This record gives sequence, C-alpha cells and structure tokens, in this order.
Amino acid sequence: MADIRNNFVGIKSPNPFWLASAPPTDKEYNVVRAFKAGWGGVVWKTLGEEGPPIVNVNGPRYGAIWGADRRLLGLNNIELITDRELQTNLREIKQVKRDWPDRALVVSLMVPCEENAWKAILPLVEETGADGIELNFGCPHGMSERGMGSAVGQVPEYIEMVTRWCKQNTRMPVIVKLTPNITDIRYPARAAKHGGADAVSLINTVSSITSVDLDTFSPEPSIDGKGSHGGYCGPAVKPIALNMVAEIARDPETAGLPISGIGGVTTWRDAAEFMALGAGNVQVCTAAMTYGFKIVQEMIEGLKNWMDEKGHARLEDFIGRATPNVTDWQYLNLNYVTKAHIDQDLCIKCGRCHIACEDTSHQAITAMVDGARHFEVIEEECVGCNLCVNVCPVEGCITMQPLAAGALDKRTGKIVEPVYANWTTHPNNPAAKIAAE
Amino acid sequence: MADGRYAAGIAAGRLDSAQYAENFSDLHPPFDQHEALVEADRCYFCYDAPCMQACPTSIDIPLFIRQIATGNPLGSAKTIFDQNILGGMCARVCPTETLCEEACVREAAEGKPVQIGRLQRYATDTAMARGRQFYERAAPTGKRIAVVGAGPAGLACSHRLSMHGHEVTIFEAKPKAGGLNEYGIAAYKTPDGFAQAEVDYILSIGGITIENGKALGRDFALADLTANYDAVFLGAGLAGVNALRAQGEDAAGVENAVDFIATLRQADDLSKLPVGRNVIVIGGGMTAIDAAIQSKLLGAEQVTICYRRGREHMNASEYEQELAAANGVVIRHWLQPRRVIVENGKAVGLELEYTALRDGRLVGTGEAVTLEADQIFKAIGQSFDPVPLNGSGNAIEMEAGRIRVDAEGRTSLPKVWAGGDCVLGGDDLTVSAVAQGRDAAESIHRTLVG
Ligand SMILES: Cc1cc2nc3c(=O)[nH]c(=O)nc-3n(C[C@H](O)[C@H](O)[C@H](O)COP(=O)(O)OP(=O)(O)OC[C@H]3O[C@@H](n4cnc5c(N)ncnc54)[C@H](O)[C@@H]3O)c2cc1C
Ligand SMILES: Cc1cc2nc3c(=O)[nH]c(=O)nc-3n(C[C@H](O)[C@H](O)[C@H](O)COP(=O)(O)O)c2cc1C
Ligand code: SF4
Repeated sequence: MADIRNNFVGIKSPNPFWLASAPPTDKEYNVVRAFKAGWGGVVWKTLGEEGPPIVNVNGPRYGAIWGADRRLLGLNNIELITDRELQTNLREIKQVKRDWPDRALVVSLMVPCEENAWKAILPLVEETGADGIELNFGCPHGMSERGMGSAVGQVPEYIEMVTRWCKQNTRMPVIVKLTPNITDIRYPARAAKHGGADAVSLINTVSSITSVDLDTFSPEPSIDGKGSHGGYCGPAVKPIALNMVAEIARDPETAGLPISGIGGVTTWRDAAEFMALGAGNVQVCTAAMTYGFKIVQEMIEGLKNWMDEKGHARLEDFIGRATPNVTDWQYLNLNYVTKAHIDQDLCIKCGRCHIACEDTSHQAITAMVDGARHFEVIEEECVGCNLCVNVCPVEGCITMQPLAAGALDKRTGKIVEPVYANWTTHPNNPAAKIAAE
Repeated sequence: MADGRYAAGIAAGRLDSAQYAENFSDLHPPFDQHEALVEADRCYFCYDAPCMQACPTSIDIPLFIRQIATGNPLGSAKTIFDQNILGGMCARVCPTETLCEEACVREAAEGKPVQIGRLQRYATDTAMARGRQFYERAAPTGKRIAVVGAGPAGLACSHRLSMHGHEVTIFEAKPKAGGLNEYGIAAYKTPDGFAQAEVDYILSIGGITIENGKALGRDFALADLTANYDAVFLGAGLAGVNALRAQGEDAAGVENAVDFIATLRQADDLSKLPVGRNVIVIGGGMTAIDAAIQSKLLGAEQVTICYRRGREHMNASEYEQELAAANGVVIRHWLQPRRVIVENGKAVGLELEYTALRDGRLVGTGEAVTLEADQIFKAIGQSFDPVPLNGSGNAIEMEAGRIRVDAEGRTSLPKVWAGGDCVLGGDDLTVSAVAQGRDAAESIHRTLVG
C-alpha cells in the first residue's frame, strides 16, 4: 500500500491534503471537524494584527458560476481575513495543535507592511506551537485597498522585504502565498526565494466579477445594489494555478523551492496533477466548502489506489515528474503529426464534432456520407487540433492518433519525418538557428 | 348481486369517487422549473439534430431546449409555436418514443433520451399560463377561406391563414372544437380541460370564426364553399368506423371504442359512467390501448385486448403496450373475433379463432376460444367517410379510401386543399395533422396572394 505521508518543509502530516486558509479553517470547531474527517493539515484562516477585529460585509459574500445541473464550477468571495479576536484565534490554535499533534497546523498572517507589525505577531504565533506561517500576499479585495494582501503580493520588492523580516524574527518555516493577479508569477516567486522563504503556496484567488443581475444591474454578490470585485476560486481556476505552479517549478532561479499547490483541487486526480508538476502538497478550499470535509476520504483513497496501480511507493516518487515535460512552445516537436479518429461504434451521431470543425475550424469532418448521417474525419483537411475531441460528449469516441514516422500526412502531402524538429530550426523562422548536422 | 367493483354486467360507480380523480390525473406530471432545467442541461445541441428531423412539424428542438436552459421559456415557447401552434397538445400526446425521443442521440448513447415532450410542455404551458401571444395578424388580404373540421389539422391551418391576414370560417359538425383532441385522446393525457384552453389560445389571434354544429354534407355542400370562399381546407378526420363483420355485432354491450372514449371525454362525472366487469377490446392500435386502459381505470375487473396478429405487428408502440400492461390490461395476440355470444340481447362473451401467418397471409387455424365479456369495444380502425362530400367525392380524387393530396395539400379540385387524418399519406397522429394543416395554409396563401 502506498505511503502518502507528507513532509513539507519539515512540517509533517499524514497525507498531503491540507485545507487552505479560508472559512473552513477559521475556528477550532471547523478545524477539529476537518481533522476528524481525515485532513492532513490546515492553514488557519488569516490572522491580522492585535486590535479591533476586522469587519465583514453583512450581506452576501459569495458569487458563483455553475455548469450543468448546477454543479459549482467557480466561486467568488469578498470576505476579508478573520473577523474574530486575535487572542481567541491564538488560544484555539494552541489547543488544536496540542490535541492533534500529528496534523500540520500552519498559521496564515497578514499585518501592515511594517517590520514592527510582523515583529509583534510572530512571537504570539510561535507560542501556540504552530508548525509554520503562511504570509497572505494574495487576498485581492478589501485588504489590498489597505496596502496589504495582493497589494504586497504584486510588488516583488515588498514580498522580499516582508519575507526577510519574518525569517529574521521567527524560527518557524515561512511559506509565502502568492497572488495570481500579476502578469508573470516567476517574479514574486523569485522575490520570495531571495527573501529566504522556505516555500511558496499558490494560487490565492483571482480578481473577478462572477455575474451581473440584469434586473438591478448590480454585480454579484450584491450588497445593497452595489458589488465589488471578489476573489475567484474552485474548479474554474485550476488550469491557471497548474500553469503558475509549473512556471515556478521549471524556472531555474526557483527550481527546487517547495511549492504548496492551491486552486481548484477537488479530487485526488487534481492533487496528483499539481504534485506531478512540482507541488509538494496541496491545499483545498472551495471543494470542501461545496461538499463538506468528507471529500478528503475520496482524495486519500484515490491517491493511494492510483499510486499502487502505478507502483509509486511514496509521494516523492511522482512529485515533479511532469515538470521536465513542461517546455516552451518553440521546443515542441513539429514532426509530431496527429489525426483525429472517430470510433464509429461509440459515435452517437450528435454532429457536434462536425459543426465545430465545419463552422469554426478546418472543415475536416463529414456530416453525410452516401446520403446517410455519418461523421468521419477527412484526413486531407485535419490539422490535428483536438477541438472535436474536446466537444464530443462521449469520452473516448474521438481520439488523436499520431502518424508513424514514414507515413504520409495527407494534408501536407509530406512524409512524417522520424526526427524531432522544432521551431528554432524551422525554415519559416526568420531567426532560425542552423540545424545541427 | 355484488355492488361496486364487482357488480356484474355493465355498471357505473365501480370505484370510490376519489379514485376516479387519481386514476385520470396527468399521465406525465408537468416538470417544475428545477426538473426542466436539469433535463434541458442534458441536451447536446446536436448539429442538424436528429430529433428535429423526426418531428413531423420540424420544431427546432435543440434551440427551444437551449432557451429553457438559459431561463427563457417564453422564447422557447415561440420557437415551438413557430412550427407547431398545437405544441402544447403535441407535448402531451405525441408518441415521442417513436418520434423525436427515439431519434435523440442520448437514446443511442445511454438508452435515456432527453425528455423532449415534457420540456416542450414546460415551455408551452409557461406561455399559455401567462396568456402570452406571439403572433399578430398581417394586414387584411380580403381573402376568405372555409375550413371544414376544427381538429388539429383545421386549427393549425386556420391559425396560419389568419396570421397571413386571411379571414377564416371553420365549419365543425360537433358542438365543441378540437376534433379528437376534445373527443378522442385519452383523458389522462390531456386532463383539466386543456383541449379547450388550447383552442381558445389558438383562436385568440383573431380572424377565425367557428360555426359549431355545421356539418358538411348535411348543412351545406362542398360546392357552396367553393362558390362562396376563395379557398377551402378539408380537415374532417375519420368519421367512419370499420365494421367487425362478426356475428352478433349488434348486441347490446358491443360498441365502437371511439364512441366510448368520446363519451368518457365528455363525462362530467366519471363515477356515473358505466363500464363492464369483463371488457374485451378488439384491435391493436392506439385506440385499442386507450379504450382498454381507460376501461381499467374506470374499474373494470378484467380487460383483454385481442389482436389478430403478433406483438410486433401492433400499431401501438412498445411504450403504449407496456403502459397497458402496467395498468393491468392483458394483451392477447393471434386471435380474431368470430361470434359475439348473446344472451337476452346482451353480449356475454366472445368466441375467437386463433390465427396464423401462412405464406404471408393471415388465416384462421380453426381452433377457437371463448372469453367472457359483458362489454366489447371495436377498435379496428377508423375510416374516411366520403358521403358528406356529396357527390364531389367522385370528383375529388380518392386513394385507398382517403383524399389524395400532393405535397402541399392540394386535392384534385381547384380551390380545395385537405390535410390530417382524412388524407392519404399521413400517419394518423395529431402532430402530422398539424404539419399538414400548416403546410396547406402556406400553399393556400401562396396561391391566393403569391
Ligand atoms: C382514440 C384515439 C386516440 C388517439 N390518441 C392519439 C395520441 O395519443 N397521440 C396522437 O398523436 N394521435 C392520437 N390519435 C390520432 C389523432 O387524434 C388524429 O390523428 C388527429 O386528431 C387528426 O386530426 P384531424 O384534424 O385530421 O382530425 P380530427 O381530430 O378527427 O378532427 C376532425 C374534425 O372534423 C369534424 N368533422 C368531421 N366530419 C365533418 C363534417 N362532415 N362537417 C364538419 N365537420 C366535420 C370532426 O367533428 C372533428 O372535429 C388518436 C386517435 C384516436 C381515435
Ligand atoms: C471565502 C474565502 C475566503 C478566503 N479567505 C482567505 C484568507 O483569509 N487567506 C488566504 O490566504 N486565502 C483565503 N482564501 C483563498 C483560499 O485559501 C484559496 O487560496 C483559494 O480559494 C483557491 O483554492 P480553491 O480553488 O481550492 O478554493 C479564501 C477563499 C475563500 C473562498
Ligand atoms: S482535430 Fe481539429 S481539424 Fe481535425 S477533425 Fe478534429 S476539429 Fe477538425
């Protein structure tokens, strides 16, 4: 049986599934329920500095988008950091860590961008026995207007500075949580590394407006007829998060920097994908908020079953295995030629592949053959783009089949070359290098 | 003698009064909004959708379902009504299992088609409940058209003609409009006075006058219509009933199934409607099934359908046969009636002969069986009655007992169009009658103003 115990920057947990800093981790009550359900760790809901607690809106804080059958695909929130007393949180953190010593308990922090503010809070957290801290440089709403959260996360110099302060003032591991609301995630990640961060975690939420009420013309969620951009999360943001994780994992300047993967993790499969791209573990928020804590059972068993099936004994056996396969476009093999193939036994004749290809792509799928409704790929036209595969409602009905070297590509009339060749050496590239002999 | 359920002979009040309401309630209850949205989400929005091709009125099904899914049920209703102004009735009575839903690709994919009929009902009910009208009449053309028969064919034709600005007068023999929607369709398919509500909805476009109790051949002749109107549409359905040609057919207790159903549809109080304790229905189509099920729902103890060929030859769809079985109706095959057994002028049983196919021909085997029966319904098919055409029947070309029309619904007589059950080439369905009425209206319009 696969061993899924996790060691993330020295913080140990029985599995790599942590709850991200958010409402599920705002109170002892919730966290204890989570641990009972089997979660490996939590990042406590972000604490702010001592003083009058944060105030949240008193109307709706969430907006959402849904797929078929109202399956929640994306959630958006305008909630701020914890609105409970600092001392209450610290007391509960200490109690929980004492009661659940085998679980990871990391505390998320967000205080003003002044060294004294950080110096003040770090010893208080340390005193609880927590395993580490996570610096919330990500929250894109509310706190950023006050010069915190993503206002810091969008300026690499600030990230580096604050990270350094923390490293200088605590023995606890420091995880820097990054905002995706920037153009190139590598810069904040590099800054965190320069500041001495033990790890980065990403992504925090994406700035968003989920919808507009067409009767009131108010953005959702609507607070008395007005809305404010919120932070977007859930399955919809996973592709964004995966890319950002991969970018950091393969950046020579940050290679090897531990990453905690966050963003849309809903199943064991999502988790495995993040980890394959280089994440040492994952954090989950929306999936838990949608289905409750029990989903972790599926995640634990699913991950183990897959690892057993594939012969991965420990997490380290597959963490980062996909990272080397992420490359730049210019290095993709242009001699890799595929053609769509429709399995006629599986085809239910909905015609979606045809109309997608016909209207919007390459006119490479028939609709009628000899007077009968029949969908078949015209290899002379197919560029192998995969659109038909993606719109087909039947899994496995349309597949992409690579042409073997030496075969004829009926579209170009050329024989498929047996060698790898990319854009850097392509004759159409004005900046082409001379191909190696 | 036992009262109530087991009363001998043909008797009323076999059930508790509450039971009648339950038995004759909606066969497929309407979708609520949530159910409609969930079901609408299942539609794949197919290209050149097979369901659409399978619908005799060619409703743009993927589009109307997408409109439901996007919260636009009124737009959806308009998409339906554009092609089929009786979309509400069709949603209830179409044998979708052999039409759109049979063609649904999800039927191929997983044996569970999108429930197109119920979605269609959801959209059309929404529009009708809100009294929403989608059509305005074009400027008056000054043309006057006579329509014979206020069934689905006549109504669809009239509505389309009125849209184009023509004045329409419908002559209808019966006291109520609607044709078999009002007098024939099984009660549990269209409860709560829906047929009349739909007639009102259709007529509210204006420009259509119905003259009830006016029968062609009795009150006026076809020549009167062609003389006084710019065009005539015949949508008189099938007024004749095929004869059984069995001994004793005239005994009390032997009835036409369509008459029984018409009486049932018009009954104010079903507990007063008598039904036999042992009922036999002869036939293998939709009418036989409907008569059998409704006899059972009225409280008949034993209801048996006797059909002279095999299961696979029945006109009733597999779904209809299963529905009958689920209601406790026994279907027996390869039996043809030979003699009604009569005592004191009343039917008490039916002698049937076993049949077989020999060299492709149906023959009696000589072996007989006698079944108890105090009520026997004949459901062996309706036929077109050419007599009211009053001689013009000879002039109008007929074929296989029905009026011959071309693809646009033109008969062999100038100025005269026809559609619905009375013409050859349909499939005796409400939806086909609607399609033919609509298409004839377009043809009339092209001819008159083209
Ligand atoms: C018992 C039964 C159940 C059925 N169930 C279904 C079902 O579930 N689904 C389905 O799709 N189809 C069903 N059908 C078939 C469907 O009802 C018909 O195909 C459809 O009604 C045909 O429409 P129509 O307008 O041509 O004729 P009809 O509906 O028959 O209308 C003809 C009209 O013309 C009138 N008329 C007749 N003669 C004259 C005259 N001389 N002068 C003036 N008016 C006249 C009649 O009174 C009637 O109102 C059923 C039929 C029967 C008999
Ligand atoms: C209601 C809500 C509140 C959140 N509050 C915080 C917070 O206080 N601190 C923080 O670092 N991230 C916060 N997040 C972001 C999550 O920790 C996480 O990064 C994000 O939701 C992406 O993960 P997911 O797709 O699994 O939800 C919040 C998210 C939600 C939905
Ligand atoms: S792969 Fe692209 S081009 Fe080829 S058939 Fe599919 S959609 Fe058309």
